[in-house]
Amino acid sequence: MTEVIAQQSATTAATRSTSWRRLLRNPMCAASLGILAFLVLVAVFAPLITSQDPGYADLSAVLVPPGGEHLLGTDSAGRDIFARLVYGTQVTLLSAALASVVATVCGVPLGLLAGYYGGRLDAVSSWGTNILLALPAMIVLLAVRSALGPSTWLAMVVFGVLLSPGYFRLTRTAVQSVRDELYVDAARVAGLSDARILTRHVFSVVRAPIIIQSAVVAGVAIAIQSALEFLGLGDPTTPTWGVMVNDGFRSIYRQPLNLLWPSVAIAVVVAVFMLLGNAVRDSLEDLETVKEKRTRPSRAARTTTRRAEAVEATRALEAGETQHLLEVRDLHVAYPQAGGGRKVVVDGVSLHVDRNEVLGIVGESGSGKSQTAFAILGLLPGNALITGGAITFDSEVLVADGEDRVREPRLAALRGRRIAYVPQEPMSNLDPAFTVGAQLVRPIVAMMGVPKSEARRRALDLLTQVGITDPQRTFDAYPHEISGGMAQRVLIAGAISCDPDLIIADEPTTALDVTVQAEVLDVLRELQERLGMGIVLVTHNFGVVADLCDRVAVMQTGRIVEQGPVRTILRSPSHPYTQMLLSSTLEGKTPMTPLLGAPTARPTTGVATVDSATTGTATKNGGAL
Amino acid sequence: MLSLVVRRLLSGVAVLACVTVLTFVLLYSSSGSVARNILGDQATPEAVAAKEAELGLDQALLPRLWSWVLDALQGSFGRSWFTYEDVVAALSSRLPITFAMVITAILLIAVVSTSLGMLAAVRRGWVDRVVQVFAVVGNAVPGFIIGIVLVLVFAIQLGWFPAISRITPGATPDVWVVSLTLPVLALVINGIGSAAQQIRSAFIKQLELDYVRTLRSRGISQREILFKHVLRSAAPAGLTVLSLQFISLLGGVVIIETLFAIPGMGSLAVSATTRSDLPLVMGVVVYTVVIVVIVNLVVDILNGWLNPKVRVS
Repeated sequence: MTEVIAQQSATTAATRSTSWRRLLRNPMCAASLGILAFLVLVAVFAPLITSQDPGYADLSAVLVPPGGEHLLGTDSAGRDIFARLVYGTQVTLLSAALASVVATVCGVPLGLLAGYYGGRLDAVSSWGTNILLALPAMIVLLAVRSALGPSTWLAMVVFGVLLSPGYFRLTRTAVQSVRDELYVDAARVAGLSDARILTRHVFSVVRAPIIIQSAVVAGVAIAIQSALEFLGLGDPTTPTWGVMVNDGFRSIYRQPLNLLWPSVAIAVVVAVFMLLGNAVRDSLEDLETVKEKRTRPSRAARTTTRRAEAVEATRALEAGETQHLLEVRDLHVAYPQAGGGRKVVVDGVSLHVDRNEVLGIVGESGSGKSQTAFAILGLLPGNALITGGAITFDSEVLVADGEDRVREPRLAALRGRRIAYVPQEPMSNLDPAFTVGAQLVRPIVAMMGVPKSEARRRALDLLTQVGITDPQRTFDAYPHEISGGMAQRVLIAGAISCDPDLIIADEPTTALDVTVQAEVLDVLRELQERLGMGIVLVTHNFGVVADLCDRVAVMQTGRIVEQGPVRTILRSPSHPYTQMLLSSTLEGKTPMTPLLGAPTARPTTGVATVDSATTGTATKNGGAL
Repeated sequence: MLSLVVRRLLSGVAVLACVTVLTFVLLYSSSGSVARNILGDQATPEAVAAKEAELGLDQALLPRLWSWVLDALQGSFGRSWFTYEDVVAALSSRLPITFAMVITAILLIAVVSTSLGMLAAVRRGWVDRVVQVFAVVGNAVPGFIIGIVLVLVFAIQLGWFPAISRITPGATPDVWVVSLTLPVLALVINGIGSAAQQIRSAFIKQLELDYVRTLRSRGISQREILFKHVLRSAAPAGLTVLSLQFISLLGGVVIIETLFAIPGMGSLAVSATTRSDLPLVMGVVVYTVVIVVIVNLVVDILNGWLNPKVRVS
């Protein structure tokens, strides 16, 4: 166990050094850090930079213009502006540091404890921080000033406390998410004390957000402190930029430059801290996306034999019937990657569906089956690119060869009217803010142009058709008031509401209980037979395929490896991947005919679902074949 | 829904009570030299003692807190130590100006940042980059510097607006508009960028939800999805952003009112602070907390009303 922890800290050390290098490579970050370093040097070596005393008031030399003895002139009390500017750096940086330190010291430990132990401590401290957040900092600082007099340091301590909720919250959230992670459990089992777990594991998670937050807090602290001084509420005896702005503003007509220098100084320092915070956040986010890219192997390297298979499949298809309800030819879908290049998710898919026909698309997660479905519907995410192929629906071209996006106006006219969609997750596919009825009625009104009362009657009728016993109650309910199976029926009712010719169903039963799955499949089959629709059924479950489909296409890593009538494929799969999928589904037994014919043994209940674990082991078996 | 309102109301009262007691203790436990400040350095010790007795400073802290609370419950916050003006009257006469500024500012921020945030979330591209830059700049330049720049450019150089407010009791609306344009602008510039950025993220989060895709599959137009569904489900996040903006405006107005010499609550707070006019400072704090509590209550109620889970139960 200690080894594991040692490894853990070694990797964090490694990420730390790479993230530092990455930070410095970000130009914004490097520039901000450079300016900050310069300011620190100015603050430290102030007495060497100027021989003038920032506090010495020479009343015989008031508002002297720049030049000569006074590099930037003097203020309304005859004090040297350059010297005050240089010495002001000290107060500015120290007060920013003070506010950040106080905020960290108040917020982080409390956030660690509240997040780790939860319970009453969490409730009380969250309530306290909410009060702090509800107060305008300026008003609190005014109250403190009127009670305790002008003091830069006191103001910054109070301000730090006021800003501690930010630290408290981010620490608490991070700790809560880390608390239940496996390696923390492992550490606990290994007998590490809570204190050690907190410092070792949790602190490494919150370190980066704390740095970002501190940069922002430092900027805000300087801004508010200068604002206080500008209002004349600061300590007039310390040379600070805010006091200088106040003085400059009062002599704005006589010596406008006196206002410029301290204003620029404040703006630059505040901006540097804010930009530093932003830049650190950006470069950390970059780090994450790069990691994500690395874990996904590049799919650029393709073997020529596989390519030939795809071409063969296309030609075989084209040689068959020419007029299908839906025809997809050699479809390619890719996503641009952050570091350039594209990730191909659909790689030369060809398929077709007719009216009154159910086509199953089977494959494991990530095989591109849902992406194919979304491409047909024109509902791919905004950054997806159709890099090749064509889609036609009832001899209308939706995507032509060489176009990288669907023809949206043409598809928009079909979507909802003639092509419908049944999604996978029933609950997340209903808008929680609207009643089920409203979500059914609106598309009917919009698509069929019927009055609301008729749409309402139709919606109630549809709910009865999908087997809901009390349609009125479901109609009036909000999505959170109905069950998952009920919601899926509602979505099916929505899909068939405008008499579509084709339904694309994306794993319509995966998210449901096994018994509900069977019922929903019954509904789909009954509707399909009665209405004569074509269905493209995306699934990873051969049971569903056997139950419902006429033909099946098997997909693997973006390509169709085999397609044909269900009986043929189930009885004698020719592609090793299909054999592997089937053997894993049926636990090594050879597929037999009863699977198709016996309604008593509902396949969905009898057949194990192909989850990623079984496919994982199946891959090994497949390799052995 | 009703239980939500009652709960929030009680928690608001608790916050008000906590802050009031803390502020009172902070202000009055260290008010040793107030009487001398008021009377000046030449005052005799007897005069100072008499003044302290008059202000009630010779009593212990807790009895004073108790009598302040009793008075406050009857609607009296005492009188200013310097101008002898009734605190409630002083604050009430200045609130309209401050409210005029803050409410105009928050409405502008709401409209502009929601439009920008939505546009950036839907279109991405250059609108998105403009919003990002605006957010960074708005955050990076302190409000009073933005105010100073506005005064320099639009009041002193161009002379389009007065550098100092011309609002007097009974001033006509056009005087208000002319006098408050720059101050409101100064308040708004700081807020819009960051609010737009936060609203943008809220929108992007909603746009990626499954039900948006399903609505599109039903043939509902992108415009209807945006304005009827996504706007509504992003509204709670947006309202929270705006309520935080409102709180920060209450602080920002202190600076801006002083800068433009506007006779509002903020400039009153500054002058009361400089003189340690504790009854006035106390009044400002209580008024501010009450406003914040009311705003938060309204936002909570609106959010509850938007969420059917809360509304129906």
